[in-house]
Formats: sequence, structure tokens, C-alpha cells
Amino acid sequence: MTLLRLEPRGEASRAMVYATPLLAVALTLASGFLLFWAMGFDPVKALHAFFIAPLMSLRGLGELAVKATPLVLCAIGLAIGFRANVWNIGAEGQLTLGAITGGGLALAFYGEGGWWLLPLMIVAGMAGGALWAAIPAFLRVRFNASEILTSLMLNYVALHLLNYLMHGPYRDPDGFAFPESRLFEADAVLPLLVAGTRVHLGSLFALLAVAAGWFLMARTFIGFQIKVIGLTPTAAGYAGFNQKKIIWLTLLLSGALAGLAGLGEVAGPIGQMNPTISPGYGYTAIIVAFLGRLHPVGILLAGFLMALSFIGGEAAQIALGLPKAITGVFQGMLLFFLLATDVLIRYRVRFGAKRAVVGRAAA
Amino acid sequence: MNRRTMGKALMGLATGAAMLALGVGAAGAQEKMKVGFVYVGPISDHGYSYQHDQGRLAVEKELGDKVTTTFVENVPEGADAERVIEQLASSGHKLIFTTSFGFMNPTLKVAQRHPDVKFEHATGYKRSANVATYSARFYEARTVIGQIAGKMTKSNIIGYIGSFPIPEVVSGINAFTIAMREVNPKAEVRVVWVNSWYDPGKEAEAAKALIDQGADVISLHTDSPAAIQVAQERGLWVFGQSSDMTRFGPKAHLTAIVDDWREYYVNRVKAALDGSWKSQDTWGGFKDHMLFLAPYNPALPADVVAAAEKTRTDIMEGKRHSFQGPVKDQSGKVVIAEGKQATDEQILKMDWYVEGVQGKVPK
Repeated sequence: MTLLRLEPRGEASRAMVYATPLLAVALTLASGFLLFWAMGFDPVKALHAFFIAPLMSLRGLGELAVKATPLVLCAIGLAIGFRANVWNIGAEGQLTLGAITGGGLALAFYGEGGWWLLPLMIVAGMAGGALWAAIPAFLRVRFNASEILTSLMLNYVALHLLNYLMHGPYRDPDGFAFPESRLFEADAVLPLLVAGTRVHLGSLFALLAVAAGWFLMARTFIGFQIKVIGLTPTAAGYAGFNQKKIIWLTLLLSGALAGLAGLGEVAGPIGQMNPTISPGYGYTAIIVAFLGRLHPVGILLAGFLMALSFIGGEAAQIALGLPKAITGVFQGMLLFFLLATDVLIRYRVRFGAKRAVVGRAAA
Repeated sequence: MNRRTMGKALMGLATGAAMLALGVGAAGAQEKMKVGFVYVGPISDHGYSYQHDQGRLAVEKELGDKVTTTFVENVPEGADAERVIEQLASSGHKLIFTTSFGFMNPTLKVAQRHPDVKFEHATGYKRSANVATYSARFYEARTVIGQIAGKMTKSNIIGYIGSFPIPEVVSGINAFTIAMREVNPKAEVRVVWVNSWYDPGKEAEAAKALIDQGADVISLHTDSPAAIQVAQERGLWVFGQSSDMTRFGPKAHLTAIVDDWREYYVNRVKAALDGSWKSQDTWGGFKDHMLFLAPYNPALPADVVAAAEKTRTDIMEGKRHSFQGPVKDQSGKVVIAEGKQATDEQILKMDWYVEGVQGKVPK
């Protein structure tokens, strides 16, 4: 007695590939309209504040780039690992470590910096993130411990390490014992790329990471191995691909990129060390990676979309007094529809009960 | 895959733009002064951010014909804070209250770009021509509840849930302990740090851990009522924080330290309206109406209430100081000499425990 059912398509529908995003946006707008209307807000103004207002100024576009930068950097690395079935859930911790190591240099050389300080911090940030990711890599390769658990657990360890440092060695000696470091000096701050915005060198790194990620996956033998291992591990084994090497490589790479993201936050928009460097970028990046279909260019777009939904939520709070919880629900609907409508690429919707002809064909 | 995702995002933007461009009306001319508020927690925390929002509502009520107010809640103290404050400043808000310590440097950065906008930062120490600071002498109220705790405990173990080991919290623990030991020299204070201002889960865990260690009175310096509920379940005593939390545990809730920003906010908005606003530092206590105590639990014996009231009025009238020497640190060394009182600077930089507190200040 089913009224609606899903029927597998023989192959992915090309029309749906383009139609589903449109459908997702239409569904989001329609349900957002209803949601805002039901809550007593002007739905058109609310949707405008959410999606359009943040894009209407140079500063707004800049903020979008600033917010997307750590998401994209983390997600690019994660996606390469995910393609090889290496499930690094620890980008948050690796990001934190990158901030700790890179930012630590800015504090260690406070008052005696030079042109060399920033490059050193960048290298240290990437090394810090990679080192943190090396722990789950070692445990996986040596003891076959699930990197999902080990990398996730290390996030909390990293946060405690940061808290310890912020209440001790990293604390501003003239800061009334508050857990914040000194403001970084000019030598330790990433240069701005666009005047009048907060877009910094880190955004360029994110773009480079997108390009390099694409090149690695599409044009190199390592990228080929990653894909084969991800799709059919046994075939990869017969082909003699070294899976351990790929585990090490993908974890170190994603760790380094997450570390770079962390360094980019403290040496970029924050400009100092504090205990709340990331509002969960390492976790949100997992969503961004899948939203972008694990493809570098897709991730770039997904990063911007995610950033827009955050910034739009704030803009709606300011412009209309929309409660934070409602903007959160709306953000959730957007992601839900984007992912849910994908089912239409591989399935078609049929109304009514299964027809006999289908049954015969199946038999 | 690449084209699919790109198509999705582009179509999303295009549809959004088309649908919303129609709805963009001309914004009405804004005659009233706009006042903005930035909160670190949700206004539904029933604690710190909630009380600041009560202050905002008082401004609306008293001056609603001259001002409109805007608030943004749940703003992380990282790179996002500057964007939110900037958005308020550049969208016509002329007076902006940033109500958490971590907003200090972002507030100053934005203030520098908007010399015509006035800023008020809570609990910080950096000021400029258009950035004033304000805070409450929370420790005064801790003296009163410390005294009550000393009289009510049977196990002589008091549990204390701390947010971050910053001077505001450490001086509160010390003021509490000094008053407690004055009436009950055998009692001691055990502190658990949750490293968050608002984390109901962690706060409840901390309360349970402290109770399991024998604590029969809980005091907190975090913003959620989670610990109140735990104390109610376990049949123990607890003090509310920031706002009256009686309804979360009517049997257990002895009283609460209530922050009251209403008078201050109304006065400062009035000053901004009539042009008398100046950058200054305000640190108010009981006598400035920035603090009061929630109604005492009827279960409190009359003599305990009478003593608490005497302490409160003595502090208000300047007859009693929370840090009246001699005050000894944990090693027994006299830090504040007999006949002296702690200076404001000593309180603002406090990073050591007095005798009677277990454990060490995290460093």
C-alpha cells in the first residue's frame, strides 16, 4: 500500500545531477520561508539577510573567505584520506596543535622577530599538525588501532594541552592572569591580501591546497593508489600497493593542512593565542568534505556555502533579531536537503504500488 | 563530480538572488539610536548572558522611544567575535556592549576603525577613547555565600565548580573561602575546573564528582543551572550563579549571586544619548546595585540569614571588606597584612589560593 517508493535507476541521472542542487535550494527556501513565517518574522527579509546581505559588500565577501579558509584547508586533507578509507576525525586537534607550535614561535621570539619568523611559524604549524596526526597513523599501522577513535580522542588531549599552555607559559605576563597571550607582533602576523577586509595569506594557501589536492588525486600515481585502495582494498593488495605508506601519507598530509589552518587562525584574524581558537572547524570540515563530494573543487564551494550559512545566521540575528536556535535549524535544513536530494540521482520516485511489469522485469 | 557540485552551488546562489532580489525593500530611515549587545552564551542560559539580556530589556523598556536594541548570542571568543562586532558597528549601532572577556581585543580592533561608535567591554582591562570597561565586584557576594556555606556544611567539604582559572573566578573562590573559614575553620573548598562558561553536561559531571568526594554544599562560577538540578536530586545545598536559579532546584537552592546590569546599561545609554558618555572603568558591587542576592531558601535558619544580611549590609556600607588582612596563602604566608585590605590591583591579578582551598591554581 505504499504511495511513494524509490526505484533504482539503471545509471546515475545526468539531468538530476544538475537538478538536485536546484531542488535542494528550492526546498530550503520554501521550508525556510514557512519556518520564519511561522515564527513571526518577515520571511523574505530573513532569507535576504541570510543569503544576500553577507555577499553585498567587500567586507562581507572577505569575511566569507576568512571563515571558509580553515574549513577548506582541513577538508581538503580529510577528503584525500577519506578516499583511501583513512578516517581522520582529528582535524580539530591537529588544527589546535598547529596553532600551538606555530603560535608558540611567535611568543618565543617576541621582540626579536624578523622576516624569517613567519615562514618558520608556517613550517612549525604544519609540522605540529602532522606530528599530532602521526600518532593515530603509527597506532593504525603498528597495532591496527582504529584511527577514528584515536584521532578523535586526541582532539580532547590537544584542547587540554592548549588550556594548560594558555594558563601557563603562553599567558600574557601583563594580562591580569587572563588566559590570553600577548598580541603577535607584525613579523608574526600573516599579511592581508585585500585592503579593507581580513582576508589573509592563509586564504591563498587554501586555494593552493585545492589546486594541489586536485593535482595529487587526478594526475599522480599516488592519487591513483589512494583511489584504488579506497574502492577495492583487495585489488590494491594484489597490485602491490603499499597500504601502510598511504595511511602514513594521508594522515600526515591532512594533519599538516589542519595545522596550517590553525596557524592561519592565530597568525591571521585572531592575532594572538587564546583558549578558543576554533569553534569546531575540524569537525565542520568533515561535513564540508562530504558536501563537496570529497573533490577539491567541490570542497572549495562547500566551504563557501558553509561559511555563508554561518555568517548569514549572524546577519539574520543582527538584522531581524532571529534567535540563534532558529538560524541553527535553518542551517541544518540546508545541509539536510542538499544531501537528501542526492538520492534522486540514483533513484526515481514512483507513485502507487509496485506495478506488475516491474516485477516481471525483475524476475 | 566536480561539475555537479559547482553547478549546485552556482544554481543555489542564482536562485537565492532571483527570489530575494524582489523582496529587497528600501530600509526605513532609522531615527532611533541603535544599541548592540554581544553575548558569549545563549540568552537561554539562565545565567550570565541571560542577565545581560535582562539589562538590554531594561534599556528597551525605559528608553524604547529613543533607542532600538540588537543582540547576537552564542558568539565564540575566537576569530568570529571581530566580525560580529564589526557588523554591528557598520550597520549603524552607536553604542555596543561586548559582554565577555574574550571579546576584549576584537572590541578594540573594531573600535579603532569606528571612532564615532562607543563601545563598552565587560570584565576586561584595556580601554581607549571610545572603549569603556565595566564589571561587577562578584567577590563581594561570594563573601556572603561563603559564610552561609560555612554554617550549613556538615561534611566540611564544599564543592566549587570553576569555569576558567582567571582572577575573577580565583578571587571569588578566595573571598568565599575566607568568609567560610571565619565561621567554620574546619571546612575546606575543593575546586573542579570545567574550562567553559556554559557546558551543562560538564557542569553536572563536576557537581557529581564533587558530591562523590563528600561535598554537601556546591558553589559554582559557571553559567548553567545543571549543578542546581544535580544538588536537588541528591538532596544537598547549592548556590545559584548570575541569576536566581531557584526554580531549577527549589529545595537545594540556598540563594544566588545575581548580576544586575539594568541600572548600568540604562545609565550608559542615557549618557550616550545626551552626549555625556566618556570612556571609563566601572567596577561596581552591592552598593552600586550591580549585584544582589536571590531570596534566601526558607529552609535556612533565621540566625544564618541574619548573619548573611549583616555581612551584606556591612560590605555595602564599607564596614567590611572581602579581603581584610591578615590573609594567608596556601603555604601559610601572610599575603595581605593585618589591618590592610587587598588593593583592587591585587584582586584583579589574583592567581593564588588562600588557606582552606584544596589543590593548586592551574598554571
